[in-house]
Amino acid sequence: MTLMKKTAAELQALLHNREVSVKEVTEDSFKQIAALDGQVKAFLALTEEEALAKAEMLDNSSLEARGPLFGLPIGIKDNIITKGTTTTCASKMLENFVPVYDATVVEKVNEAGMISVGKLNMDEFAMGSTTERSAFQTTHNPWNLDCVPGGSSGGSAAAVAAGEVPFSLGTDTGGSVRQPAALCGVVGMKPTYGRVSRNGLVAFASSLDQIGPITRTVEDNALLLNAISGVDYRDSSSSPQQVPNFKDALTGDIKGLRIAVPKEYLGEGIEEDVKDKVRASLKVLESLGATVGEVTLPHSKYASPTYYAIATAEASSNLARFDGIRYGYRSEDAKNLEEIYLRSRAEGFGTEVKKRILYGTYALSADHHEDLYVKAMRVRTLISQDFASVFENYDVIVGPTSATTAYEIGGAVKDQVTLYANDVLTVSVNLAGVPAISIPCGFSNGLPVGLQIIGKHFDEALIYKVAHAFEQATDFHKRTPTLGEGNE
Amino acid sequence: MTKFTPEDVQYFANFARIAFSDQEAEVFSEIISDLVEFGDVLKEVDTTNIEPMTHPLQLFNVLREDVPQDVLDRDEMLAGVKEHEDGMIKVPNIL
Repeated sequence: MTLMKKTAAELQALLHNREVSVKEVTEDSFKQIAALDGQVKAFLALTEEEALAKAEMLDNSSLEARGPLFGLPIGIKDNIITKGTTTTCASKMLENFVPVYDATVVEKVNEAGMISVGKLNMDEFAMGSTTERSAFQTTHNPWNLDCVPGGSSGGSAAAVAAGEVPFSLGTDTGGSVRQPAALCGVVGMKPTYGRVSRNGLVAFASSLDQIGPITRTVEDNALLLNAISGVDYRDSSSSPQQVPNFKDALTGDIKGLRIAVPKEYLGEGIEEDVKDKVRASLKVLESLGATVGEVTLPHSKYASPTYYAIATAEASSNLARFDGIRYGYRSEDAKNLEEIYLRSRAEGFGTEVKKRILYGTYALSADHHEDLYVKAMRVRTLISQDFASVFENYDVIVGPTSATTAYEIGGAVKDQVTLYANDVLTVSVNLAGVPAISIPCGFSNGLPVGLQIIGKHFDEALIYKVAHAFEQATDFHKRTPTLGEGNE
Repeated sequence: MTKFTPEDVQYFANFARIAFSDQEAEVFSEIISDLVEFGDVLKEVDTTNIEPMTHPLQLFNVLREDVPQDVLDRDEMLAGVKEHEDGMIKVPNIL
């Protein structure tokens, strides 16, 4: 039986009693990866030598100095920079890019004594929701290898679901932590904008991006968010808001909790089976003492076009830095400076990235700036006000994370606009900057369904409380894919 | 009617400094046309007197004393640079 499907608390107990060493835990992660990743394809790079050396060193440290994540393996999404280890953003543009410093979150997981085992696959520059847009490989859903894991943090979610690592970091600009967590049956949190430093995260859309933890249980998720949160002088948009101990919120008591269910989140375009599982979950929460009321978020239907205007505009500006000059891909054919820019970017970026840069350039151009980009920013205000008015009378908003369960690789939704419209459940959360989690809440044809719990700004503690109470009352989080069990 | 012609692709691609062949421009004109249409729906929203939201949270200036701090080593930073000389990044002749 692998150690990778145990919780942080279980692993700490084993470490404390010297039943296993940090080195053995680390080795078990690499053993799992060796056995499973040929099929799952979650990892783009492994750092086995450094990880095992660190593990040996940590085994010699005193028991007293150890925190709740000490000695535990973690995988890092490949748009979070890691000193000395390639950070590719799953793009040909950065195929050989080796950063010279660590992202703040990487420093923080290191300080917590965690052991980074490698870098995880994603859609190129986090643009996509299937992980098929990676320039290097498509990650497979551990519950059904023919299906996508979701995206863009598909590698991060699949690695945890498969039992290759108990922890990973993803990033969420429009749902990229929550949607893959839902499709892979794991727990994924997008914290409040500003809760976690973005220093060292390769920017996609700076007013929307947040780094978030992906884990098997709610408690583990809370522990990892504790470790990575907090103000950082290197990210001036990180918030000085005090960080509570999220674990203290896990009391199981949600009596009197007021849950809002937006009728738009259980409407057209959402699979019936997904709606059924969400309704059943609401019954569970009611049985625990919560009350449920129907509300409306009237501007929901405009969330996706608003998101795409703003996110692509910001991306077109952020991705201007990839010019083939200082680092990253440089075209061999370019004969002058202008050609270096034109050819390096043409050859280095994939289709989805070029599409978004073009649309973003269009949105920011003099002729369309006011009627598209600024217009979207005004609608963003309305979307944000929708949330604020619901939160005047309710504590959390609950609904599905994804309109569907995982779909077949290369199949399902071919039409990009339909694919974008599916994002309506997740993108509004980023536009408003509020926190939200996805937790497993059932299965449809053997594939996981995710429940999304959205909270007020900086109220992750309450989200964790609700998620934890639900988890303790159900057993969905205990089910794991059968993948590779013959190998154990 | 196409909302975004192959000429539009080349026009905006020039600002974004990405080379597109004529054939690619055809393909992208259709893709971006769909997106333009998708974005057009925003026109129906009444945003009279609604301020644009530039950021999810209220931001404050972050100031500190101007004292030198640890900075990255130049040689280390240049290790990932394709061509450099005397601590400077080389580009082809532009004149």
